[in-house]
Amino acid sequence: MASAALPGRRRILARPTAKTGVWGWMTTVDHKKIGIMYGVTAFIFFILGGLEALAIRTQLAVPDGETLSAEVYNQFFTMHGITMIFLVVMPMGVALMNYFIPLMIGARDVAFPRLNAFSYWVFLLGGLFLYSSFFLGGAPDGGWFGYAPLSTELPGNGMTFYSLGLQMLGVASLAGAVNFIITIINMRAPGMTFMRLPVFIWMSLVTSFLLLFAMPIIAVALFELMFDRVYEANFFNPAAGGDPLLWQNLFWLFGHPEVYIMILPAMGIISEVLPTFARKPIFGYAAIVFAGIAIGFMGWGVWAHHMFTSGLGPVANTAFALSTMFIAVPTGIKIFNWIGTLWGGAIRFTTPLLFSIGFVAMFVIGGLSGVTHAIVPHDAQQHDTYYVVAHFHYVLFGGAIFGLFAGTYYWWPKIFGRLLGERLGKAHFWLMLIGFNLAFGPMHVFGLQGMPRRIYKYPSGMGWDFWNLMSTVGAFIIALSFVVFLVNVVLSRRRGEIAGADPWDARTLEWSMPSPPPEYNFAEVPIVKHRDDWWYTKYTETPEGTPTPVHAGGADVDDDDDGHEAQHIHLPDPSYFPLVAALGLPVAAYGVIYENEIVIGAGLLVALLGLFGWTLEPSAEDGH
Amino acid sequence: MATSEAPAVPAHEEHYTSTGLDNVKMAMWAFLGSECLFFGSLISTYLLYRNRVLDGPTPADIYDIPYTSVSSFVLLMSSLTMVLALAGIQRRDMRACRIWLLATAMLGMIFIGGQIYEFTAFVEEGLKISTSTFGSSFFVMTGFHGAHVTVGIFMLLALFGMSLFGRLDSDDGPRKVELIGLYWHFVDIVWIVIFTVVYLVPTN
Amino acid sequence: MKIPTAPRGRKAVALLLAGVAIVASACAEDAPQDALRPEGPFAQKADDLWNLVFPIAVVIFFIVQGLLIYALVRYRHRPGREAAQFHGNTKLEVLLTAIPALILAGIAVPTVRTIFDITNEPTGDVLDVTVVAHQFWWEYRYPDLGIVTANELHIPTGRPVRVRLEGAPVDRVDNSAEVIHSFWVPRLAGKQDVVPGRVNLITLQADEPGTYLGQCAEFCGLAHAEMRLRVIAEDPGNFDEWVQDMKDGAAEPSEALVAEGQKLFAEGQFPNGPPCSACHAVEATYEPENPPAQAGPNLANFANRETFAGAIFKNTAEQLRPWLRNPSEVKEGAKMPAVGLTEEEIDSLIAYLQSLD
Repeated sequence: MASAALPGRRRILARPTAKTGVWGWMTTVDHKKIGIMYGVTAFIFFILGGLEALAIRTQLAVPDGETLSAEVYNQFFTMHGITMIFLVVMPMGVALMNYFIPLMIGARDVAFPRLNAFSYWVFLLGGLFLYSSFFLGGAPDGGWFGYAPLSTELPGNGMTFYSLGLQMLGVASLAGAVNFIITIINMRAPGMTFMRLPVFIWMSLVTSFLLLFAMPIIAVALFELMFDRVYEANFFNPAAGGDPLLWQNLFWLFGHPEVYIMILPAMGIISEVLPTFARKPIFGYAAIVFAGIAIGFMGWGVWAHHMFTSGLGPVANTAFALSTMFIAVPTGIKIFNWIGTLWGGAIRFTTPLLFSIGFVAMFVIGGLSGVTHAIVPHDAQQHDTYYVVAHFHYVLFGGAIFGLFAGTYYWWPKIFGRLLGERLGKAHFWLMLIGFNLAFGPMHVFGLQGMPRRIYKYPSGMGWDFWNLMSTVGAFIIALSFVVFLVNVVLSRRRGEIAGADPWDARTLEWSMPSPPPEYNFAEVPIVKHRDDWWYTKYTETPEGTPTPVHAGGADVDDDDDGHEAQHIHLPDPSYFPLVAALGLPVAAYGVIYENEIVIGAGLLVALLGLFGWTLEPSAEDGH
Repeated sequence: MATSEAPAVPAHEEHYTSTGLDNVKMAMWAFLGSECLFFGSLISTYLLYRNRVLDGPTPADIYDIPYTSVSSFVLLMSSLTMVLALAGIQRRDMRACRIWLLATAMLGMIFIGGQIYEFTAFVEEGLKISTSTFGSSFFVMTGFHGAHVTVGIFMLLALFGMSLFGRLDSDDGPRKVELIGLYWHFVDIVWIVIFTVVYLVPTN
Repeated sequence: MKIPTAPRGRKAVALLLAGVAIVASACAEDAPQDALRPEGPFAQKADDLWNLVFPIAVVIFFIVQGLLIYALVRYRHRPGREAAQFHGNTKLEVLLTAIPALILAGIAVPTVRTIFDITNEPTGDVLDVTVVAHQFWWEYRYPDLGIVTANELHIPTGRPVRVRLEGAPVDRVDNSAEVIHSFWVPRLAGKQDVVPGRVNLITLQADEPGTYLGQCAEFCGLAHAEMRLRVIAEDPGNFDEWVQDMKDGAAEPSEALVAEGQKLFAEGQFPNGPPCSACHAVEATYEPENPPAQAGPNLANFANRETFAGAIFKNTAEQLRPWLRNPSEVKEGAKMPAVGLTEEEIDSLIAYLQSLD
């Protein structure tokens, strides 16, 4: 086929072959390895974001705190927000999506393995680029939301790092989104119709579409910010007629779908965990799926609820108040259906189940406080106070993070072959639940008692002292719970219980494979006949509706005991060009920061060369 | 590598997709959908700012509609040549494909040349990115469009090069040309929108 | 695999205790910026909506969490239990979709009514005030009265005050772009942003005389936490006296130290900056065609202010001294420069400032 190719070119562009060691990981295109890298990186950033939070809470533990100056505090709360949103919650979701989408739909990899690797490397480099700012003159200090004109005016390089770092992360997200959309739509095993897809897959699909359409909007906003800061443009310059509300509108048109991007994967995870441990199917599958899709659509119509006090006028405020209230309806559907999943079940209280229940309970609180924000005249009291901080931590921590931990505990045995310890897991859960509620519950109160956000200190005599101190105590308890988790991880790697293929007696296809799965996932591509196909391979139902095991041997784990099959399987070779292409981006970004056109050009050239190599390198078939 | 002693892969497994549509083409459509939002945001910014000219020339002062019409026509013709290039490779006429690919790239380069000339003329007439919100939004919007055209030209020239080395001879060849064609037509359509909204629709 | 059990009852109690404690604390100590204790009709309208919606939210909370906890207890695994294999219940799902939608519709009606109510032009004997927000202080102009002041907004009780929030495009201190701030006095009204280049409107009204605390509620830079404000509501008689006091201006200095301070203020030569008068005026009156254009707060009637520097320091000599010596050292991010005053110059200036009556 490609035998007409020049031998010289093939030598230069020969694909790497290592599957182990550092080089193996750096050139991998295997979705499972990439998923693990995403997950590990996200957990490391979680520690960094957590340390920023502890510093913030230490400063605010007492009135007139002197732990941090305003200058440092502003960097810390900005980086805490950026880290938790872009470097923790989103990539952790992507980690699980990466690992499990192919496994759950019966595919051998994602649609574009090298694009997948590229996404990861750009994410890692973007995160490192952002954090390098601490050592290069100061981290971004204008808030994660970067309102102009403050973000255009702040001196130093911090907010320029912000605009470029988030651009890179946006590229990573966009590449990932395209990959997952095509994978889910086009690479399902035969028989895996849309309505047989696990809910996690549906939520991943909606999330990916949200990413696809939201990321370009913030990209434009960030470019406009960059042009204002570096090239003297006037997008947000009021003296030239620039409108600060343009930034807000662009930012929140991205920002609101962004919060659904963060929560939908976690909602998908618990929609897998709850049925497994209740031992019955998800309640109202179609409604949960369609509610997720509805949230995806309606999420585009609520963005200005972040701008109720900006002066949009009563008509606009009314429209967004109504749309915000009504987006609570599909969310409510999901909550009732999760409770309905537990109802009538035979519930086993494992750690993943506890985290899933924690998700539901905490998300109810966050959802209710969210609806109160829609009461526009009262939002004028709530906005920009700790009441809002309470709300979004309840949905993003109590919701998304708890859900991601549920997924971590649930799928850990599949990924690593060993279970995480149950006793330590439960200790982690309870400590985290208690610490979390102590840290963020009181914020509802002192927020309504008038404590604004983003203040590096507050005076005594405002009535805020006691609960701020309690909130700090709660934050440290959360930190302790995370230490418990890390201990669990280390012990599990050394002497955790061997998991086997299906430790939870679960329902979906990933459990039909060895733990961990072989590189090619399925020895034989499954033919899917039902939703929860793996469950129905193991069990049929008696006339009364109780599951009974299928006769022995009917549910063979797909573990390639027939080695002959595996040799027909054909996987893409590793490649180093995604990494090369990715490296060009931070180089160009540093060039913008230091206003050095040569460095910008060099970075773009490296990226271009990476892309050329990527396109021209022999495809996997040529390699043999 | 699992296939070290394997025979050729069964054809059904290699090209099987759930919808019957090609993965890469679907990905290009998804990407272009994303780009609609990108250019939409840039054009919205421009629409907000085109009448806010506190300093420097206004759109009415500075646009040369006849000139821009000619360069728009050039870009439009490049979409025609792109279609001809695809038709060429689809009937396995590699020479025609190469000629029309090169023509498309050259028309693109003429368009970019025209843009560069227009930009430098504007700067000389007192409109820079820093002059006004109009200046900022005009240059950033059309600049990004020009960057997209430039990337397209690179890809067209790469296709041309690949065809010279026989890399488009396989069954896969028309698909690759179609893919770049999709991108090129999109970039052209964006220009039609920009030309209409920015140049043709009269401002206050 | 061992079957784990868990005390789910414990979780219910934990949740409950936390909730009760938190709600209880809301009724506890006094909080001057407490939005839950409105002291004027416009804050009251927002509070009325809260008093409708919050109890509904609490009820929903207890119902949903209750159902959750009940399910966990009742349907936990016990030997011999089998899960009931149902996939859904369409009637129930439709009901549980319709009920929340109806509740929301019910809440929407008074909400929309109040949105329009509080944004409408107030009627009655309205006092117009223009607020210009700066980094990091507040400017208040009374266009009908022709006076300007800073940080402490005096208003008469019982009259609606129509506040025009004017976003200055430029910070005159260093010609940088001005940033977004938000004007917020929780006990009197919800907040509204002050956006450079735009004008927003808000109405507030105090029913009782008193000092109402507020602060900037949109992150605006280093000193955001220290951009506070006070609204001083007085009986109409007292308010009129204050207005007259402002119009009258300061008396001529009678003491040498004060005269010395006045001279320094107006034309002092300092190593690192201009005289105070370059940025600060001490006359409160202005012509409507000629709005004040100083870079710093107006200091007319300074002696009678409770606070200064964005309402963060008490107006005493002890607090004035370090401020005059080096503003950004005591208020991180303050844009007033340290002009290099000697200690004697500071003494004179303090005497002068405390004579501005």
